[in-house]
Amino acid sequence: MLQISCPHCGPRAESEFSYGGEAHIERPKDPAALSDAEWAEFVFLRDNPKGLVLERWNHALGCRRWFNVARDSVSYEILAVYPMGSPPPALEPRRYV
Amino acid sequence: MSPRYSVFSLLRNALSYHENWQQAWRAAEPRERYDVVIVGGGGHGLATAYYLAKLHGIRSVAVIERGWLGGGNTGRNTTIVRSNYLWDQSAALYEQALKLWEGLSQDLNYNVMFSQRGVLNLAHNQHDLRETWRRINANRLNGIDSEFLTAQQVKEMVPIIDLRAGGRYPVLGASLQRRGGTARHDAVAWGYARAASDLGVDIIQECPVNGFRIENGKVTGVETGKGFIAAGKVGIVTAGHSSVMANMAGFRLPVQSVPLQALVSEPVKPVIDTVVMSGAVHAYISQSDKGELVIGAGVDHYIGYGQRGSLPVTEETIAAVCELFPLFRRMRMLRQWGGIVDTCPDASPILSKTPVQHLYINCGWGTGGFKATPGSGWAFAHTIAKDEPHELNAAFSLDRFRSGFLIDEHGAAAVAH
Repeated sequence: MLQISCPHCGPRAESEFSYGGEAHIERPKDPAALSDAEWAEFVFLRDNPKGLVLERWNHALGCRRWFNVARDSVSYEILAVYPMGSPPPALEPRRYV
Repeated sequence: MSPRYSVFSLLRNALSYHENWQQAWRAAEPRERYDVVIVGGGGHGLATAYYLAKLHGIRSVAVIERGWLGGGNTGRNTTIVRSNYLWDQSAALYEQALKLWEGLSQDLNYNVMFSQRGVLNLAHNQHDLRETWRRINANRLNGIDSEFLTAQQVKEMVPIIDLRAGGRYPVLGASLQRRGGTARHDAVAWGYARAASDLGVDIIQECPVNGFRIENGKVTGVETGKGFIAAGKVGIVTAGHSSVMANMAGFRLPVQSVPLQALVSEPVKPVIDTVVMSGAVHAYISQSDKGELVIGAGVDHYIGYGQRGSLPVTEETIAAVCELFPLFRRMRMLRQWGGIVDTCPDASPILSKTPVQHLYINCGWGTGGFKATPGSGWAFAHTIAKDEPHELNAAFSLDRFRSGFLIDEHGAAAVAH
């Protein structure tokens, strides 16, 4: 069970949150101009990293607000919590074989 | 060629106190070059190597494995085998696998303990019932055995079930595939390894892949912990680590890696002689030959490479099992673990060529890869040998995420993901 620090409500159990997947995927500005391959990139293709992941969480059973989390997908350590719309903080990359 | 296993070899070895059994497969060190290198020594990878050697005459093959054979998802699943998938493409692929299962022990000369004890998929509400009938009819149209059981028939087949399930998950009926069942998961890896090794395949364990050598858009070899291995063709079969491998080769996949959990209980006397699955409440249960209850749970809701799984998921499954089978409430669990599954957006696998020439990928099996092991290896071996997919796996290309021809098996894959 993760303990996630909601920026608005403080530390809460994982079961209060819902997951929003990879962060910083920008919605296409001109959707009509996109090729099928570019749509596939936007809709389906993901980094799915082993190591540092940047992801969106929603405090669904609390304040219901969205925020970003930087997490290690192997140790599950939460490295940073930062607001939607801001760039990720500078973090050491984590590498696992 | 290792001596064949038979009742006579068993007797002969019994006389020498079982101290003289030969090694099942050769321990190999990498040669400089192979025609085909398979990355990943799980069931699917070993099956691929076996069918490459047996059916396509390609014997210069190496299987390289970071850890030990079958130490990943092959040794971590709940061993259920069935083929009752909804869409034509999946039905054909999983049914091919089931047909291979039916003759696998003889084919490999290795007892994989395939037991066709039947697989039930429970329906808990009116919507489930309609979906169950839809799937039964679709299966029958594809020549796959599938039948409907009323609640009473479920009770007759599984007397320990509480049809009211404490009022929470009432059982209204079920689909039954009698040809489905379970197999011994380790034996599948060992059996394929032994048979492939006999045909000349080198099996190299404790050999991590650090990168691919790619020249002019064409793969020429693999950088490993035991040095560079040149290869004519390379197949990636690394389940949860598929994205890591694809990243090394310079392309991205539509998969997310999450832990899928399983548990086993203390061993008890025979109490359930079939497999009961409930996709709606994320609980799957069968009993192993040792007497342990083997329980499958759901997946974590977020990316993770830790082979443990999150406790709320365990709790949800245990709660459902206790409602459906009240007599298990005082049962103690012995072990709990997780395997990293690579889930696809449409819950169907990818058996495909990649943007890199002569590099192939077999991934995205998500929560249900074990049942497909023989069929997956069979189709992937064809794809590698002929440099184009077999008609059974043509639809499972990486390109379907661009073209939009998705194969949505969220219902039949049973664990919603």
